[in-house]
Amino acid sequence: MNKLSAASKGYLVLVFIVLYAPIFYLIFYSFNSGGNMNDFESFTLEHYKAVFEDTRLLVILINTVLIALLSGLIATIIGTLGAIGIVSMKDKKLRNTFLSLNNVLIVSPDVVIGASFLILFTMIGVKLGFTSVLVSHIAFSVPIVVLMVLPKLLEMNTSLIDAARDLGATKRDVLMRVILPYIAPGIFAGFFMAITYSLDDFAVTFFVTGNGFSTLSVEIYSMARAGITLTINAISGLVFLVTVLVVIGYYFVNNRTKARMGESK
Amino acid sequence: MQSKNRTALFPYVIWIALFVIAPIALVLYYSMLDLSGNFTLENYKNFFSAIYLKMTFTSFWYAFLITFFTLLIAYPTAYLLTKTKHKQLWLMLIIIPSWINLLLKTYAFIGIFGLYGPINAFIEVFGFDPQQILFTDFSFIFVSVYIFIPFMIIPIFNSLDKLNPSLVFAARDLGASSWTTFRRVVFPLTIDGVKSGIQVTFIPALSLFMITRLIAGNQVITLGTAIEQQFLVSQNWGMGSTIAVFLIVFMVLTMMVTGQKKKGGRV
Repeated sequence: MNKLSAASKGYLVLVFIVLYAPIFYLIFYSFNSGGNMNDFESFTLEHYKAVFEDTRLLVILINTVLIALLSGLIATIIGTLGAIGIVSMKDKKLRNTFLSLNNVLIVSPDVVIGASFLILFTMIGVKLGFTSVLVSHIAFSVPIVVLMVLPKLLEMNTSLIDAARDLGATKRDVLMRVILPYIAPGIFAGFFMAITYSLDDFAVTFFVTGNGFSTLSVEIYSMARAGITLTINAISGLVFLVTVLVVIGYYFVNNRTKARMGESK
Repeated sequence: MQSKNRTALFPYVIWIALFVIAPIALVLYYSMLDLSGNFTLENYKNFFSAIYLKMTFTSFWYAFLITFFTLLIAYPTAYLLTKTKHKQLWLMLIIIPSWINLLLKTYAFIGIFGLYGPINAFIEVFGFDPQQILFTDFSFIFVSVYIFIPFMIIPIFNSLDKLNPSLVFAARDLGASSWTTFRRVVFPLTIDGVKSGIQVTFIPALSLFMITRLIAGNQVITLGTAIEQQFLVSQNWGMGSTIAVFLIVFMVLTMMVTGQKKKGGRV
């Protein structure tokens, strides 16, 4: 492969700088003892301390993580079962209908999802708060899980199932010991994506959150509307740290499973 | 086998009914209600008034600009990325910023573009007066492009990565210049990636409301901002739903324009 020219390298470097600059800018000023993002006075950890001393903020943080994990888990179960159901459909037309319906929430703008869920919850009388946010997050995560699991199911050789049945496995055994282990990487990817979507969501949550309940995104939004607070910078520092750790962890796990799959072959 | 799979499908079917079909039906229903809940087509009439048509037009114009600049930056980046050693690692590094909460990244620009922020400090070095960059069209488009770049790069990278390099070599051997090779071979073969990139940029760009509020003040009003305004501020769900109906229509049209031909396979 030919080497990249200096201009190409420069372009890539520039893109990377622009992508990362705002993030490092935020983190840099999170250590600023002055109250703004313009003059760096002296190094301090007071803003980080402020995050951990603010019980309201901590509750919001816990809620956000709790919603992400719970919605990810439930969406993964519904989505995986749905994907298995879709794949085993014999009727091609029906199957395509399901696939199109599945994609509706993925391509719909957040605002429309948020607004329509707000109407839905009001109509059926769900109180806005933890429940409505959790249910909405499950709802918009399900199709992502389906999309992550489907390719794995499709590449699976159906003779594996036939073989298991011939060897006397019950339907339950086939599901638990043949299908699920095979599609496990897809399920994990789906779960992971669902969590990411949940943590990142702002618009849908903003519509269905009501008073008194808040997730990190919504809280940052209301803080940012009020102006610059270095507490937000400290939160960014923490979020960045966690993100990098998760990425490293995910890659570690991923490589290990890949290596193990390689061994078993 | 069949009955087993029916039970597996059950929660999923409930999900589709409750969170895919019902919301769309409800939005349609509400779009035909006035403030006191009477059946009316007034909202649709309002949508075709000058104010809303102008807003729709500007919303489209901004979404177009955002998509255009995002593509302009993302395509070469994706192309060059596929040429690097350890390309998966570099792609990973492009994706990481997209995992940092959207709100945090937007908030960063409130500081960066601020009157005393680094950009203005830089401008002052050259002897210019500090400018108000926040609350302008420029800042809105810049921040949106920044947000969407990774999402545009991923599908383009994937389609470039799948491209068989011998096709490029063949074109070059047959005497095509590098530009012709790109225009006649590489680009047409990666058009699907570009289309998915446009899909994930254009539709959200039409409906942004958080960036408009934080970065553009109330200078820029998009369809998304209008929906949020109607639902959460004016409490006029009817009008909000009507705008949502049109947003859905625009979304479907965008999908049709950027739709991809189904290839073989079991689904």
